Amino acid sequence: MTIWELVYRIGVDYLEIWKSYTFPSPFAVIKTLFGLIGDNTLGIAVLASMKRIIVGYSISIVIGVIIGLTIVRYKYLDENFSALILGLQTLPSICWLPFAILWYGLGEGAIMFVIAIGSTFAISIAIESGIKNVPPLYIRAAKTMGASGIKIYWNVIIPASLPSVISGLKQGWSFAWRALMAGEMLTATVGLGQVLMVGRDLADISQVMAVMVVIIVLGLAVDKIIFGRIEANIRTKWGLDRG
Amino acid sequence: MSLIVENVSKRFDTKHKKTHTLDRVSLEFKKGEFICLLGPSGCGKSTLLNVIAGLEKATEGRILLGGKEVKGAGSDRAMMFQESALFPWLRVIDNVEFGMKMAGVPKEERREKALKYLKMVHLTKFQNSYVHELSGGMRQRVALARALTLDSDVLLMDEPFAALDSQTKNILQLELQQIWWETKKTIIFVTHNVEEAVLLADRVIVMAANPGRVKKEFKIQLARPRLLENVDLVYMVAEIMKELKEEVEKVAKAEYDSDWNIEKDTVLSNTSDDMGIGL
Ligand SMILES: Nc1ncnc2c1ncn2[C@@H]1O[C@H](COP(=O)(O)OP(=O)(O)O)[C@@H](O)[C@H]1O
Ligand SMILES: [Mg+2]
Repeated sequence: MTIWELVYRIGVDYLEIWKSYTFPSPFAVIKTLFGLIGDNTLGIAVLASMKRIIVGYSISIVIGVIIGLTIVRYKYLDENFSALILGLQTLPSICWLPFAILWYGLGEGAIMFVIAIGSTFAISIAIESGIKNVPPLYIRAAKTMGASGIKIYWNVIIPASLPSVISGLKQGWSFAWRALMAGEMLTATVGLGQVLMVGRDLADISQVMAVMVVIIVLGLAVDKIIFGRIEANIRTKWGLDRG
Repeated sequence: MSLIVENVSKRFDTKHKKTHTLDRVSLEFKKGEFICLLGPSGCGKSTLLNVIAGLEKATEGRILLGGKEVKGAGSDRAMMFQESALFPWLRVIDNVEFGMKMAGVPKEERREKALKYLKMVHLTKFQNSYVHELSGGMRQRVALARALTLDSDVLLMDEPFAALDSQTKNILQLELQQIWWETKKTIIFVTHNVEEAVLLADRVIVMAANPGRVKKEFKIQLARPRLLENVDLVYMVAEIMKELKEEVEKVAKAEYDSDWNIEKDTVLSNTSDDMGIGL
């Protein structure tokens, strides 16, 4: 904060490299932030964005799990589709937007699609590698203790692959979050991304900055509070943090 | 319930090569007998144990337990591995209960029995610990407790103490004798360590390699509990070592360059604390 203010003072007031409308002062940003909270713009935008990402992300979990399990189950698919999925995962999901708009029109459906497709592949890859990396010894041990079929899946394979699956879900979330912002900025439906764009259109740099702060805080909060806790819990249990 | 290995052969055919791992192995184990399978590494000891456990299918032949042919793995043949194979996501007590949980034993009963066996291996203090908090020896104790809860007549052990330091190993060998005595299980114990075999077994079965088969059997009729320093035991170890040396030499000759000679590069004639570790 102090550094920011200092940079602002030096850059704008003394050296005059930036105009005050290209680089905001922290006070202006905070003022705008309260303004946005006050007239409820921010509240409505956050709610709309959250609703979208929760639906989109849930869809991607369901589809990701199904794809992951199917690949593990059928060797033929694995040989042919694993590389394809890996390739698809490297494609930034916003590249799907033109498709999405053609299929769903410029609106809610398109954004959902972009969010879902952004995290689906990351999740399915995590499920696949999580299951494949379960030490065979665990399964053999379970078999000699009378477990078979679905019991092995439920009591050994799922818990054993959990660390990898959780980090896949976490990665999927961050992809979904980026896709959401990009999608909202480009389609201009109510949401955080759109408030950011409005700021740009009005040349209100403080509003742009204020929304960026909100996006960072929200993203971090979910990442650290939800996924961070689950991950830390598993890591201490398994003793993965030692050494 | 006697356990019979009837004419078992096992071949592995992979893309790169075909291996004939077991060749018509026939063995009979009496109820309550303690048998050690001894042989150079790679002779098929683990494979034979896996076939008995039902984790591998025999290419030919079959396994009979109490007159019935064994199909697949089952809790009537408990197994312990060189690594504990405990589950890191479960606490010690839940690991011990795992087999009973699979069998649908009610919670109360499970807990009670798990504690009983944890007590037998002296680890009740650690019931709420996770696996990574235990030493190697403690893990094998927990694995043993977990195997005992299955109440199987047969306990299969694949070099369970091979990765432990020699003090821990000695203690566990003594305790295993005690537990075997109390539970009267048929134990088939794989090892490549001659002393360990003679210390534990009623009968030592020496295996030959390439393909794996039974080479010779030794009955060990020494009073228990046995001690490594016992003269008769040392004599027996020497006898079996002679038999094994021939086999190890053969395997080594096949693997190393033709100028290799066991007398020059003595692997076995040094009788330090861990005979046969270089096999
Ligand atoms: N799953 C497998 N696939 C191919 N070959 C195997 C497999 N398991 C064991 N073998 C072969 O069988 C031989 C005996 O292995 P193993 O039973 O582990 O020996 P030991 O336990 O006596 O050291 C090895 O030479 C190995 O090449
Ligand atoms: Mg082995």
